[in-house]
Amino acid sequence: MNALGRRDLLRASVLSGAGLFIAFHVPRKVARAAPEPAAKKAPPDPNAFVRVAPDGSTTILLAHSEMGQGIWTGLAMLVAEELDCDWSKIKVEHAPAAPVYAHPAFGMQMTGGSSSTWSEFERYRTAGAMARAMLVSAAANEWKTDARKLHTENGFVVSGGKRLSYGDLAVAAQSEKPPKSVKLKDRKDWKIIGKPTRRLDSPEKITGKAQFAMDVKFPGLRTAVIARSPVFGGKVKSFDASAAKAVKGVEQVVQVPSGVAVVAANFWSAKVGRDALKVDWDLGLGASLDTTQLLADYREKAKTKGAVVVEKGDADAALAKGKKLLAEYDVPYLAHAPMEPLNATVKLEGERCEIWAGTQFQTMDQMIASKIAGIPPQNVLIHTQFLGGGFGRRANPTSDFVAEAVHVAKVAGVPVKTVWTREDDIRGGYYRPQFLHRIEASLDGKGRPAGWKHTIVGQSILAGTPFEPMLVKNGIDSTSVEGVSDSPYLENVPHRLVTLHSPRTPVTVLWWRSVGNTHTAFAMESMVDELAWAAGRDPLEFRAALLEDKPRHLRALKTAAEKAGWGKALPKGRALGLAMHESFGSIIAQAAEVSVDEDKSIRVHKVSCAVDCGTAVNPLGIEAQVQGAIAFSLSAVLYSEVTLKDGRVEQSNFHDYKVARAPDMPEVTVQILESDAKMGGIGEPAVAPLSAAVANAVYALTKQRLRSLPLRLA
Amino acid sequence: MQITVNGTPREVDAPGDMPLLWVLRDVLGLTGTKFGCGMAQCGACTVHLDGEAVRSCVLPVSAVGERKITTIEGLSPDGGHPVQQAWTQLDVVQCGYCQPGQIMSAAALLAHKPDPSDEDIDLAMAGNICRCGTYQRIREAVRKAASQRRADR
Repeated sequence: MNALGRRDLLRASVLSGAGLFIAFHVPRKVARAAPEPAAKKAPPDPNAFVRVAPDGSTTILLAHSEMGQGIWTGLAMLVAEELDCDWSKIKVEHAPAAPVYAHPAFGMQMTGGSSSTWSEFERYRTAGAMARAMLVSAAANEWKTDARKLHTENGFVVSGGKRLSYGDLAVAAQSEKPPKSVKLKDRKDWKIIGKPTRRLDSPEKITGKAQFAMDVKFPGLRTAVIARSPVFGGKVKSFDASAAKAVKGVEQVVQVPSGVAVVAANFWSAKVGRDALKVDWDLGLGASLDTTQLLADYREKAKTKGAVVVEKGDADAALAKGKKLLAEYDVPYLAHAPMEPLNATVKLEGERCEIWAGTQFQTMDQMIASKIAGIPPQNVLIHTQFLGGGFGRRANPTSDFVAEAVHVAKVAGVPVKTVWTREDDIRGGYYRPQFLHRIEASLDGKGRPAGWKHTIVGQSILAGTPFEPMLVKNGIDSTSVEGVSDSPYLENVPHRLVTLHSPRTPVTVLWWRSVGNTHTAFAMESMVDELAWAAGRDPLEFRAALLEDKPRHLRALKTAAEKAGWGKALPKGRALGLAMHESFGSIIAQAAEVSVDEDKSIRVHKVSCAVDCGTAVNPLGIEAQVQGAIAFSLSAVLYSEVTLKDGRVEQSNFHDYKVARAPDMPEVTVQILESDAKMGGIGEPAVAPLSAAVANAVYALTKQRLRSLPLRLA
Repeated sequence: MQITVNGTPREVDAPGDMPLLWVLRDVLGLTGTKFGCGMAQCGACTVHLDGEAVRSCVLPVSAVGERKITTIEGLSPDGGHPVQQAWTQLDVVQCGYCQPGQIMSAAALLAHKPDPSDEDIDLAMAGNICRCGTYQRIREAVRKAASQRRADR
């Protein structure tokens, strides 16, 4: 759509005579292809975000990708709040890839960082308000009256006893000038924002009609399955395609930068063909990689000072006095393992490239595909499909799974869908990096933390990516230290030193739902708990004393604890653990109630969770995100790890890369603590505190301090 | 060979070792049934075979025989099965990819056990992975669908 330009698209829609997608065509300069940060105060182009059709339906164009987080519904709520339209007539579509849809804060079209709601809070409400103003203006013209005398009601403009529906006004509203500015509703007048609202995408998702990229089909489309190096960084030396080509349905075997692709009439033929393929690999240095050895190396490195992240006072001097504790916490590599295995469909025709993908990173995909195809970026059309889970895996600065599909389509010369098997996914890298934290801390005579020396060791996610110049400062990748560098606990430790080592390995790494906070929350909240026990203090009181100047954090912590019955008698064999962590602008506190089975397996029965994310747009969606984040986190707390031996990933599918299942699911209660504070995110932050909350509960129950994830009792 | 899908006999041209999942998706174009793992570990491919929940990703199409296949597309004409209704009312779905399989597992459970205990529910649903973590609402929705089904009788 980008190649035509949105203006042409709208015109084409009008000419098609379908009667849909007509309204609000405001001639604007067709947006340029190169991504550019949206100007801070420029009003949004209502054309790009809202369309009202003569049948009264209102279509919201979504600049972000729906991957389960509920933004499909959330952004529609923002528009509807101001547009005052009929909620039952709302439709939502993924927007095409175009500069107008660049993330208001990050400057490229993308979904991530738990940022869609807060970053779009102004833009989508403003688009709704502008559309409403144009409809009202059209009605005023029709009735030859002053627009200020009119009001709107659920999809109608009203004047006394007269009413005109938005559908009836849609065509006339096209020729109205969009207002230069609009006044948004006061918070007290909100009717939709803050109201628990069911998802708009349920009907298609419960009937199997929802289309994911995996489901794309059109005549002539082939499927490719790719043999990739068994070791990170390996390259194809040579291959023998004869056995693969003997498989019925296999049409071509082609080499691409990532490996050898078997192109077939359907998935099964391509998969059987791929498995029959004989590839000789030049494995390279990655073949000696061993994660046990890597952890040992990290342990040694952590004894040395790295790049300075935080330094205040004299940590060494403070540690020389008082009661001192030393602890090391480590976490393994983790695969995202979204339920929809990675895939992308590419159709290359002359100077045009069409891509169907479940992607979080449209702009990157567009730029990278344009380079591979040798065509201008605006000729790369991206049809974003529903994402069968993202969790960060579909936001890759290298666009790996999209780029690979473009390569295959280019070499094979046919439209192709590349499909990853689950094994390809689990072994395919772009993991949450393995990390180690070494913390030395001391307590003063009053049992308060006096010194804190903290060394973090783990791969940088951002090194070597286009984000490096922006987010890596003085050798410090902000995503490696977030959650420590800005810890509310650490701020009140008078002498502190945090440093970072960012070793490189051939293993590719990426953000994994809640990113650095997946390990920093584990380390921080475990160590705070260790200090509380060492000081002989109640873990809640100990934390509260450290947070006395932070009322929001304190409120969240106390709410979660109180709701869990902190300090009250629990069923026999149960114990509670606490953790509180701020990330993505939201504060989350959790109290986990656990028991230990006879076989030493840990069972999490309940999680009481308090959430302060500022304004809560859709409480029903927030509850779902928190429940889901806890389940996602639980997989990492109890089961999941990717380990490597001789450079090979030892896991391959859900039987050995274990994840939480229905019987594991605790009863999660969610308390939303609204505040006027700056709005935060909700997709990721509830992942972070669970590991420490569970480990702290296990300690309270067994007096075994578990410092490695996944948690395993001796 | 011929198989019966959602009440309709279908002639399919596919190798006998092709799993039913890929016959449904790539040969018949019924893409509501999902590929998640290929080894009966995740349940995204769950369909009913004569009313029993089976994982279609490991079932060779040649083994289906005369048994009747029901997919998510054939569970109800309009999403009105009590399980689907409960899913909507409790706002269960997130990314939605695993949900056809979840719904097929839940529907098969209720067909066999109209009044399942929480343990029955967890056990019947343990083969269906949801990475978004919708398990809590799934549990509530299965309970709700069960009581709705009983009320409808």
